[in-house]
This record gives sequence, structure tokens and C-alpha cells, in this order.
Amino acid sequence: MNEQQQSLLKYSRFKPWEPVLWLLAFAAPVLVPSHALIINEIAIVGLFAVSLDLILGYTGIVSLGHAAFFGLGGYAAALFAKLVMPDPLVGLAVGIGTAALLGFAASFTVMRGSDLTRLMVTLGVGLILLELANKLDWLTGGADGLQGVVMGPLLGRFEFDLNGITAAYYSLTVLLLLFLLLRQVVQSPFGATLKAIRDNRLRAMAIGIPVNAKLAMVYTLAAGVAGAAGALMTQTTGFASLDLFEFHRSADVMLILVIGGTGWLYGGLAGAIVFKLLQDFLSAITPQYWTFWIGLFLVVLVLVGRERLMRPWTWFKRPSSAGSKA
Amino acid sequence: MNAHPIHPENAETVLSAQGLVMRFGGITATNNVTLNLKKGARHALIGPNGAGKTTLINLLTGVLQPTEGRIVLEGHDITHLAPHQRVQRGMVRTFQINQLFDTLSPLQTLALTVSQHLGLGTKWWQPLGRNQQVARRCEQLLTQFHLTEVMNQPTHVLAYGKRRLLEIAIALACEPRVLLLDEPVAGVPAGEREELLQTVAALPADVSVLLIEHDMDLVFSFANFMTVLVNGTLLTEGTPEKIANDPQVKAVYLGHGKEVDHG
Repeated sequence: MNEQQQSLLKYSRFKPWEPVLWLLAFAAPVLVPSHALIINEIAIVGLFAVSLDLILGYTGIVSLGHAAFFGLGGYAAALFAKLVMPDPLVGLAVGIGTAALLGFAASFTVMRGSDLTRLMVTLGVGLILLELANKLDWLTGGADGLQGVVMGPLLGRFEFDLNGITAAYYSLTVLLLLFLLLRQVVQSPFGATLKAIRDNRLRAMAIGIPVNAKLAMVYTLAAGVAGAAGALMTQTTGFASLDLFEFHRSADVMLILVIGGTGWLYGGLAGAIVFKLLQDFLSAITPQYWTFWIGLFLVVLVLVGRERLMRPWTWFKRPSSAGSKA
Repeated sequence: MNAHPIHPENAETVLSAQGLVMRFGGITATNNVTLNLKKGARHALIGPNGAGKTTLINLLTGVLQPTEGRIVLEGHDITHLAPHQRVQRGMVRTFQINQLFDTLSPLQTLALTVSQHLGLGTKWWQPLGRNQQVARRCEQLLTQFHLTEVMNQPTHVLAYGKRRLLEIAIALACEPRVLLLDEPVAGVPAGEREELLQTVAALPADVSVLLIEHDMDLVFSFANFMTVLVNGTLLTEGTPEKIANDPQVKAVYLGHGKEVDHG
């Protein structure tokens, strides 16, 4: 093994803190059973954010309509449980598959154009899906939401309980498995070609990368993962509503990525934890005005920078010494 | 269309542009240009600014589709192939203005390029660099292009000369049989020039090179055949001695070129 290979493989090696983090996550529903519901939600939103990071952070495609895939996965899983069979895992697969199909079709809309046109096109796809779910009320329940989604027991053994313990473990397990899969993907030669497209599309083409085919692949993959997150959401809440498709979901997940950091899979998870806990904490204090504080937090985060915000001891040093450290 | 069938005596031609015409609206940027690149050639394409050199490169690499004419690479018509397909068939270019992957390190850049070239670009279950062949090829390229000591730094922090070397190393990582070099020494400060000139001189002999360059010292030390382009039209072509003594070329090109060089 030469020096080059050692350097390259260093990136893909597991860091010591990674298993610790996952052990903590899996211990959380037992340690704080009263918060199992929010743990479940963080896992779901984290998975959603990680899926957006695949296209935004790793491939450089901006999107304001990622909720289209989240919502479609959610509705597909809920409808499948209601109309076909209540098994959660089969429903999850249906949710993933449906969202991935839409992702593949929608990938053709993001192959060309600038960031601005992509923002518009993805926003448009999101709005179309929202309005379809609203109009097709014979199927989706329209504005009232899809009622009467009853989930069967997980693996035929574990019933979903009201405290959300089963739900939290279900979501955490799916998150872990998909996360490990995506971790493998972004560190592979395939993942490297995505970063190449993000950094310089012209050069990516000039070294023989079929850019459009790669975009179609990663968009389909990201949509499938977002669909998984949506399916987990409707399966663990037993309810699907138009809220799944709403614009604020697409915007929130982008904020979550900005908070946690793009182009780093753990960024989506970190962002989800911070965002959801802040939301939970602030809305308990000031139910009406919590978005003010989220907004303020974002402004401070962007102005001060994530690195410095995480290192309070550098706040009052001269910028030069902070700079030399970096 | 087939006015220039491939004759046996042209068997050594690896890349052939046949009657290329490119019109943008009313402007003819490339006017019936025919150019043959022989195997192993060191072929320079020169011409004053606005002569249509970049347009010609864009036609050859597939960034632009010609209005008329065709392009043949190793006996295959590639006129309608996408840019990445031409690369997969062995024709690779470098850019006048560096086109690099700024957030990646030179090592990562070369590893991904070599992986793509070896057909591993869709492999998603193995980390980049797991393949021994990729790692060895990276080592060799990094040494050849004097990039080993900076191989783990992000590309955007590298000195300009190193970035320029990486620009060419990326193209070589694709193991081209036809290499289009677009002003390889453009903007490189004198101190960093030597390294770059050495690597250009040391290109494998069986690689056919088309060089676009303004620097006449480099052109005359490198090329064994030259084509002169003026106003989108092929003015003349021949050996460097013939071109250097051609009064027409002196009038339209070298005179201006020298002025620009010294200005």
C-alpha cells in the first residue's frame, strides 16, 4: 500500500466518535422515554436533510422543492397501508420506490440551467405535487389529510406504541442503515465524480464523466431517501396531510443543512438535532414567536460562522490569532 | 459530405477535421477548416487573437456542433458525439484558464480521474483509492508533475504554477492518445515555467499533440508541424522552417505576435 492509497483511504475510515454518537442515539429512547416522539422526529428530519445534502452539498444542485419527494413517499406509504397491506417495511419500500421514480423523472428538469432556474423548477415541482394532493381528495383526503392509516406491527412483532418507543427505534434503524449506505456512496469513485461535477462541471465532462447520467442517478437516489423519510413520518404518526408537501418543509430542510454544514453527511444530522431542539425549546417558551428566535439564530450563525460559534473561547481573541490557528 | 474519404496514405492520421464550418448568426468563426493530426505529431496551431483557435478546439472536443463538416477520430466519425464520449475515445484537452476541482486535493482529483478512466466511475460500494492500480497511477502522476508534496492540500490554496501542472496532469491521467493543449504556459510566472516546460517536453512520444500557443519560443521548440489560422480560415501549414520564412505569415501573424509579446 503506497502513501497515496493510505491518504485516500484515510477519508473513508470510521472515526472513533462515530460509533459513540450512534450508541448515544440508540440509547436515547431508553434514557429519555418521555422524549421518544421528538427523537423519532429528529431521526426522520435528519434523514431528509442527509438526502438533500446528496444533491446540494455533494453535487451542487440547489433545490427548494425537496418536500415533493418527502411528501410523495409519505402519501405512498400511508395509502399503501390503508388500501393494500399494513406491513411497515413493505410500505417503506413502496414509499422509497415511488419517490425514486418521481426523482428520476424530475432529474431531467435540473440537468440544465443555472442555480436560479433550478430553484424555480424544483419549487414548481413541489407546488405541483402539493396541489395534486389537495385536488385528488378522493384518494388523499385533500385538505383534511389522509385519515385511518393503521400500521401493522414491525416485523410482525413490535406494535407501534403511543409513547413512540417503537417508532423511534424504527426510524433510527432506517436512518442508520441508509446513512451507512450513503456514507459508502459519497466516499466511492462514484461519489468523487459527483464532487467533480459540483466543483467544475465543464472539467468533469472533459475527463469523460457523463454528467447528465450522474445527475439522474444522484437525484433518483436522493429522492428515494427523502421518500423513506416521508414514509417514516406518515407510518410513525399514522397520518398524512398536505403539510408533508408544504413549502416550509423544503425551506426548513435547507436551513437544517445550512446550520449543520453541507457536503458532510453528519451535517444534516447535527442540523436536525439543533433545529428540532431549538424549535421545541423556543416554542415551549414563546409558542407564537419562536420563528423570530430561529431567524435570529440563523443570522448570527451565518455572520459569525459555524466554526467560531462552536468555539466560544475564540470570540474575544484578535482575528489574526484565530486566523493563524486555522 | 464525404469529399475526404480516408485514404490508405492517411492511415497515420489520428484526428481529422474535414471542412469544418461554424457560423454564429451572420458571423463565420470557422470557415472550411481542414486539419489532419498525425500519430505522434507535435502539431502547433497558431494565429492572432480572434483567429478562431478556441472555436476550433470547442468543435473538436464537442462543446460546439459544427454547422458543416465532420470530425474523424481514429477512423470513427465523432461529429455527433457528446464531449465526454470523445474523452472516452481517447481525445482529451487542457484549458487555457485552469479548470480544476477546487475543494478536492490534487491526490483526490487524480484518483477520481484515473478511476473514471479505468471504468470505476460508477462503483459506489468501494472507497476511492481502494483499487491498487489507481493508487499506483496517482503516485506516478504526482511524481511526474512535481505535485507529491502538495498532494493533500485543497487545490484552491495551491500556487499558480502547481495549479497549472495539475491542469495538465488531469488530462494525462485520462491516458489520451490525442491531446489538445490550450496555451499550457499561459500566465505562468518565469520561476515556475521550467517545471511546466519539462513536463510538456516529456509527454509520451506516441501521444499525438495539438498545441495552441501564443508563446513563439515554446511553439518553435516544441512543434514539428504548424498550422496557421487567420480570421477563421486556414492560411497555411507546414514545417516550422517553412512557417517561419513564410512572408504571408510574417505579415499577418508574427509581426503582431512579437509586438504583443514585447508590449
